[in-house]
Amino acid sequence: MSRPDATGAVGTVANDEALAAAFAGEPAFVPYLAVGDPDYESSLAYVEALARGGADVIELGLPFSEPIAEGPTIQGAIVRALEAGMTPERFFAFVEDLDVDVPLVCMTYYNLIYQYGRHSAPDGEDGDTEYEAAAGDEDAEYEAAAGEGGPRAFVERAAEAGLSGFVVPDLPAEEAGPLREACDEFGLDLIFIVAPTTRGERLDRMRELVSGYVYVQARLGTTGARTDVSDRTEESLARVADWEVPKAVGFGIADGEQAERIVAAGADGIIVGSALVDIVAEGVENGDDADVVADRIEAKARELKAGARRGRE
Amino acid sequence: MTDATHTDDENAESDGRFGRYGGQYVPEALMPALEELEDAYGRYVLENEDGFLEEFHRRLDDFGGRPTPLQRADRLSERYDTEVYLKREDLLHGGAHKLNNALGQVLLAKYMGKDRIIAETGAGQHGTATAMAAAHLGMPCTIYMGERDINRQRPNVFRMKINGAEVQPVTTGRGTLKEAISETMRDWAATVEDTHYVIGSVVGPHPFPSMVREFQAVISREARAQVQEKTGRLPDAVLACAGGGSNTMGSFEAFIGDDDVDLYAVEAGGSSLSVDEEAGVAPNSATLSTGGEGVLHGARTKLLQDHHGQIMESHSVSAGLDYAGVGPELAALADEGRVTAANVDDDAALEAFHRLSTDEGIIPALETAHAFGYLKQRQDELGDLVVVTVSGRGDKDLETVIEETEKREIGNAPDMSLFSGGLR
Repeated sequence: MSRPDATGAVGTVANDEALAAAFAGEPAFVPYLAVGDPDYESSLAYVEALARGGADVIELGLPFSEPIAEGPTIQGAIVRALEAGMTPERFFAFVEDLDVDVPLVCMTYYNLIYQYGRHSAPDGEDGDTEYEAAAGDEDAEYEAAAGEGGPRAFVERAAEAGLSGFVVPDLPAEEAGPLREACDEFGLDLIFIVAPTTRGERLDRMRELVSGYVYVQARLGTTGARTDVSDRTEESLARVADWEVPKAVGFGIADGEQAERIVAAGADGIIVGSALVDIVAEGVENGDDADVVADRIEAKARELKAGARRGRE
Repeated sequence: MTDATHTDDENAESDGRFGRYGGQYVPEALMPALEELEDAYGRYVLENEDGFLEEFHRRLDDFGGRPTPLQRADRLSERYDTEVYLKREDLLHGGAHKLNNALGQVLLAKYMGKDRIIAETGAGQHGTATAMAAAHLGMPCTIYMGERDINRQRPNVFRMKINGAEVQPVTTGRGTLKEAISETMRDWAATVEDTHYVIGSVVGPHPFPSMVREFQAVISREARAQVQEKTGRLPDAVLACAGGGSNTMGSFEAFIGDDDVDLYAVEAGGSSLSVDEEAGVAPNSATLSTGGEGVLHGARTKLLQDHHGQIMESHSVSAGLDYAGVGPELAALADEGRVTAANVDDDAALEAFHRLSTDEGIIPALETAHAFGYLKQRQDELGDLVVVTVSGRGDKDLETVIEETEKREIGNAPDMSLFSGGLR
């Protein structure tokens, strides 16, 4: 894999300059929300609230029906978003509709990336005949691009929509070659998750493939807000200490105090998902107006960003 | 292995790929565990380190009751004017072929020094087999089972609990096997350092598809020797029902190198082969016949999915076949044409269930009944000597059978009003 070296900020390796720049100054706050949760318009407002609250990069979840790396909170968000009709095409439209000034990263599972542009093969090969029977208007646009599966079409569309990179939780380094290639072709970054169990040769393999930033998984298990900071965080950070890319820590961070401790432990940024999704879920449960929920999300973002800043002081 | 008809070198490359299928699409946290498992599988199972295979086969014989018989089905042979032989996996301890794999994996986990077992289950047969194997080998065990499946396979839930396993209901999605696998993977992602995930079929990331096939291959290794001993020849056809494909791969493995033996994987046609994209529902589980290529639960394989790549909710009257994916090796063999993918709908499976029960005195699992439904449909095309695997017995299905038979007109079924209100 050959990628351009630092594209701006010192000490970063990224295809996308905006992503490199996001980690260049103070500790980065990287929030996640599932796109389309609980509906398209509210979701736009929530993501924009994250930007107002100080997000430096935003991870946008494209919902997949079998999210095996997610805990109950984000599973719930994915169910709500899918029920409200979120699809890959609408996801890209969402990215284009967003009025934010920070780099956006798509977090999704590999099957959605792989299928994009492959659907509805006109000759019905590969057992796809059932799609012809079920084809609606939307299928017409896929017809043209129908063909072999692979990540290229998805990455090309993501670049066009203005995304900066990808996190794909079910795509380990061994299977990531085609996506890495497509990312390089279109100038996007591929972020890998380093787990507490990742050691030895696996670290070397990922180091070679990663760009943008590395997602340091703070604890084993699935995503979800926790009340404690894992004591494995420092251990995990130490394993990637000499990597050229910025280190962002995620899994379990729920408040400003935890954010502070993670940054104090050496992280270049913090990734927070479930604690924010919890606010969306609570709003749905109580029937709160979207602007009220957006304000709460913005306030939570400020708390987390301020915590991250304190960690560097 | 002793049987040279089909080895990993020929069909599965060492990196766990079967043609375009297979691979390891899992969260990074699980990758080291898969590498550890691959190493342990190679040393203990393929190279018999520390006498693993002797212990495995001794326990399969003494605890499991192997070898299982190959029985001539007298009435069916007469009815179809074809020699029909039954490989009686329903007589294995626990009442299904599932113990072959569960015992192998729990024993392997013990050799690996793991101290906890988790597993998913659909019909409850794999969960039951894993709970039995875990009790037999003294390992704590948690089984994930979809809520819908818990309701339609209650006898197996009781059996698991009685064996000391914890049964965790899974409430996401439709509450069937797909959701149970996802939930077990989530548990594993949190506990991977001391826990082994006993996957129940030839699905999931490498090395599971190869390893589960290897543990189940005992079915066809025995059947191939038994049929030659009884008839002096190899069969013209082998029939096995296919959900994820462990019974199928186990029933086919030793015959794959025998080019004159036709292999039929019989899937659940459910209520219809058509798909409701809007609702995200495929009213069948005929993945090999109608699915498209994609990535699910750790492997690239054939799937029931919509055109975006979202996984469909599948359907079958038999919980054990009700799955939107299929093993990658079976998908590759079907693409190559070595295995013929077939399917039988709910109605025909129920009819076959009653026929085997009344003709032969064998109450089959509803999964198994699909293979017999196909035998009836294609009796003239399958040749003179057919082996059908009776993958499991049907005790667990009696409530479902009563309910589903009452909804239909099935000529060969006894009067189900005898049981109205269920068995209790």
